[in-house]
Amino acid sequence: MFEPKIIGFCCNWCAYAGADLAGINRNQYPPNIRMIRVMCSGTIEPLYVVKAFKEGADGVFIGGCHPGDCHYQSGNYKTQRRIVLLKRAISEIGLDPRRIRLEWVSAAEGQRFARIITEFTEEIRKLGPNPLKLSGVENGI
Amino acid sequence: MESKKITDKKKLKLAIGLGSTCSGCDIAILDLGVKLLELIGLADIVFWPTVFDFKYSDLKELGDKEIDITLHHGTIRTTEHEEIARILRKKSKVLIAFGSCSCFGGIPGLCNLTDKKQIFDAVYGENLSVANKENIFPEEKLLINKNKSITLPHLFDTGKTLKQLVEVDYFIPGCPPPMQLIEGLIPLMKDVLGGAQLPEKGTVFGSKKTLCDECTLKKENKMISKIVNPVTAIVDPERCLLEQGILCMGPVTRGGCEARCINVLMPCRGCMGPGPETEDQGVKMISAIASILGVKDEENLTDQQIEDLLSGIKDIVGTFYRFTLPDALLNRKVKERR
Amino acid sequence: MNRIGVFICHCGLNIAGTVDVKKVAKLVSDYSEVVYATDYMYMCSDPGQDMIKEMVKEKKLDGVVVAACSPTMHETTFRNTIASVGLNPYRGEIANIREQCSWVHQNTKEIATEKAVKIIEAIIEKLKLDKPLVPLSVPVTKRALVIGGGIAGIQASLDIADSGYEVILVEKNQSIGGHMLQLSETFPTLDCPQCIATPKMVQVGQHPKIKLLAFSEVEEVSGYVGNFKVKIRRKASFVDWDKCTGCGFCMEKCPAKVPSEFNEFLSKRKAIYTLFPQAVPNKPVIDSNNCLYFTKGKCRVCEKNCSLKAINFEQKDSFVEENVGAIIVATGYDLMNKAEVGEYGYGKYKDVIDGLQLERLLAPAGPTEGIPYRPSDGKIPKEVVFIQCVGSRDPEHYYPYCSKICCMYTVKQAMIYKHAVPDGQAYVFYMDIRCNGKGYEEFLQRGIEEDRILYLRGRVSKIFKDGDKIRVWGADTLTGRKIEISADLVVLAMAMVPSKGAKKLAEKLRLTTDDYGFLTEAHPKLRPVESLTAGYFLAGAAQAPKDIPETVAQASGAASKVDSLFSKDELYHEPIIANVDEEVCVGCGICEVLCPYEAIEIDEQDKVAKINPALCEGCGTCCAACPSGALELEGFRRKQILSMIKVFAEV
Repeated sequence: MFEPKIIGFCCNWCAYAGADLAGINRNQYPPNIRMIRVMCSGTIEPLYVVKAFKEGADGVFIGGCHPGDCHYQSGNYKTQRRIVLLKRAISEIGLDPRRIRLEWVSAAEGQRFARIITEFTEEIRKLGPNPLKLSGVENGI
Repeated sequence: MESKKITDKKKLKLAIGLGSTCSGCDIAILDLGVKLLELIGLADIVFWPTVFDFKYSDLKELGDKEIDITLHHGTIRTTEHEEIARILRKKSKVLIAFGSCSCFGGIPGLCNLTDKKQIFDAVYGENLSVANKENIFPEEKLLINKNKSITLPHLFDTGKTLKQLVEVDYFIPGCPPPMQLIEGLIPLMKDVLGGAQLPEKGTVFGSKKTLCDECTLKKENKMISKIVNPVTAIVDPERCLLEQGILCMGPVTRGGCEARCINVLMPCRGCMGPGPETEDQGVKMISAIASILGVKDEENLTDQQIEDLLSGIKDIVGTFYRFTLPDALLNRKVKERR
Repeated sequence: MNRIGVFICHCGLNIAGTVDVKKVAKLVSDYSEVVYATDYMYMCSDPGQDMIKEMVKEKKLDGVVVAACSPTMHETTFRNTIASVGLNPYRGEIANIREQCSWVHQNTKEIATEKAVKIIEAIIEKLKLDKPLVPLSVPVTKRALVIGGGIAGIQASLDIADSGYEVILVEKNQSIGGHMLQLSETFPTLDCPQCIATPKMVQVGQHPKIKLLAFSEVEEVSGYVGNFKVKIRRKASFVDWDKCTGCGFCMEKCPAKVPSEFNEFLSKRKAIYTLFPQAVPNKPVIDSNNCLYFTKGKCRVCEKNCSLKAINFEQKDSFVEENVGAIIVATGYDLMNKAEVGEYGYGKYKDVIDGLQLERLLAPAGPTEGIPYRPSDGKIPKEVVFIQCVGSRDPEHYYPYCSKICCMYTVKQAMIYKHAVPDGQAYVFYMDIRCNGKGYEEFLQRGIEEDRILYLRGRVSKIFKDGDKIRVWGADTLTGRKIEISADLVVLAMAMVPSKGAKKLAEKLRLTTDDYGFLTEAHPKLRPVESLTAGYFLAGAAQAPKDIPETVAQASGAASKVDSLFSKDELYHEPIIANVDEEVCVGCGICEVLCPYEAIEIDEQDKVAKINPALCEGCGTCCAACPSGALELEGFRRKQILSMIKVFAEV
């Protein structure tokens, strides 16, 4: 079976804490996600997402605070806009925008975090491997 | 007297080779005007198919590293382009990617949004102006008679930059490269002649900063509330175009052109390629523009309003990677295979 | 080349029960630039920490990865551990293999082990590029500026001054006191505000640590937390306050009569005046717009009658500069501009008044000495209609928010009215009644039961004059009937808005406000008295509509925040902040508009962004948007994240 590789970015204050809570609750989820902690979702550049795909990730998860709850007031709003635009850009390049998932996860939503990751892993599994991995130098669409 | 002095000197061998190109780069070199004489005084041109009737055999006859400096312009689109590029590398001491196409893929590099089949289907079939009832498509190998066939170069699905094929010594970006950068060839040639220390390998000719550094328009406040069309908008000629909602690629583009487009109030389209500290021009622009667009009242924006705001940016790849798609991190269109 | 040590914690069986820690240690020890890797039962225990310390010394480690629980648990612990043996604490990183690995992948032990290795490797890559960082320290000027001398400013100033720190209290009016001093009585206890607030005003006036600058306004603020420089405009009062003793003789003699702001224009004051008799400071000012000498060129009666020669018609605005370490903004509220609401006949009919005007009419020291003679003809009104939510909770026309205090003050006013006019009747048109404070609901019930206030749930549709009566048409939505009242007086509970000039001041201070001009707190739940900009604190209705108890609580809260700021000689600031590479930056200004803390300024001369490290909170939003790549968030540099991505994306 295809095991997708998913890279996650979570803000320190909400989503990462939510992921920690999933652990504390022992909410099990597939091990496919590998998490990078950042201070705020606002520091997550589209570059990171694109680089993850370039390096072979099959999906990218981004977790931030719910709107209005950002520890730094407004970082998550910027992330939202960046990801909306980035999703359009990667669709133009032929990647399924569902390979990027932006979710607001609070520090209290451990169970929800586990559920989202489980769902997302399944979704990526269905989408199949990142087509960039398959494209060589001479490669049509 | 002057000319005699130069001819007495040892002269360099200069080649100008090409891939898929509009030849604007050739014109730009010719535009050197009087300086062209100085250039020719320094070097003998051993290959320049656009201007002189050289044959590839002339090139092949040269020894390895016999050419001192080669300027290569154009995107690598065919086996012919690839072959020439490889020969030029082999025969040249210094190989320079000249112009946006050779450096980053350029406008022809937008071919990476499609592939050979789609291009042929469009050009020889679907286009409204095409009358091709018999459905004749060009073939690479053409039989002339029993014993003889001719072969056309093969068109790649994916356009490539020069450095994706061979080692490149220097880059002179721009579409075409700005005059002041082309003039920079003259001191470089003198250095090569005189055996002086050459710039570090991989050096990109141009500014060490992004374009905003040399742009003279006034910057006030980068919050923007919508994207406007530079053609239909009433533009304040004093103020930063991006601040007026015009998609100007200046912030993510290497300087060195003295903001020649902005000076005539057209936004920068990014032909000088990514800034010195940037690996991917478009993705930086996505981040920058999405950050400042709608920032003023961001907490009250609904998802739909965000979509609407950003929908002012059409053709993201074509706009933000206009000159750099083959050089980008995600450098060609792919297909999901479910 | 780094010398990295990796310490893998079993956490009892919490990690070791799922992750094969021995195997992880072995695999990781082969990773590039790792010179030592081991596992241990409890890394956070004393022996565990001692082991780390010993190995740092023995193996000459220059960076440490502890693979254990979440960094939120023990990052500080382990950073202190390595700091105690001379390593820079920021050269220590945590790999979270418990909360985000062993605990969530309990059924897939082999994969969990593999994942733990990856997590550690990614953190090693991050550590390789971690620079040693030093917390920033800034000295603190232990003086506070309080802007606004209402009850919020008074309370905050007294609290800070009582803690032993100097306070500069700036009040734009002639006297401190604010709106509270205008009130008749206060809910829900019906005590007189003069009795409880005047002593506090006097304390402010006499406190050795408080420098009161009345009739002054903040002109300019520069600097940052701990080190503000404030320029204050002392408006010309035309009275030399150093000479004046406040005898009041000048005010008595002044022939000019001017509508009194303090009495909400229901009575007159003189052109040389104090706001009210208990004013602090008790020194008058001349209102040059109405003074006969200033307007007509002759009079100078005050001057003639001042034996101390304190009157000085030549006085000009002057400026003082103060250095302070913290600023409390307590600029309070005003009632919404009544002219904005046309439909209730305000301005057209003299007997349609607002809540503050009724306060003055009901105040024992007010222009009518507490008997609510109505403004038009001085009759005692027998039927009074109160209309709630005028301008508030009306998103279509005015303000969407609830002004919070009107429900309660209306009960109070109706009660006091009934006490003054026992045979009168009070009607209240309301949308909802919100009495959610201590003793508030009981107070309302008392009003309804004892004082027979008639509450009608519905809006008023029309008000018009009918002889000397004011006809009020409305609806009682509970009974579904149309209501018509022939009222003698109509009182509008106008929306509370930020005080006039507060918005401009906020701009000067570079503080953010909401759409209506109320100051924005740093966090709506957890940092309600701080502003987003470090060193600024908020108190009272400048932040949002609130009543006196809440205002005082917030003021004390703000004051204690200032106290705790002043308890240190130097401020230490996390070094996880944004950094500009000036070689790369072109000063495009994109970062500037994104910073929620106003920490970035563009140096127009050098064309680069300058970050004020004392203000930067390290969110990194600017870094992600920076188009040239000049901005980096320390500890989370672009290369660090990219190298982690590389490790994670590898097969």
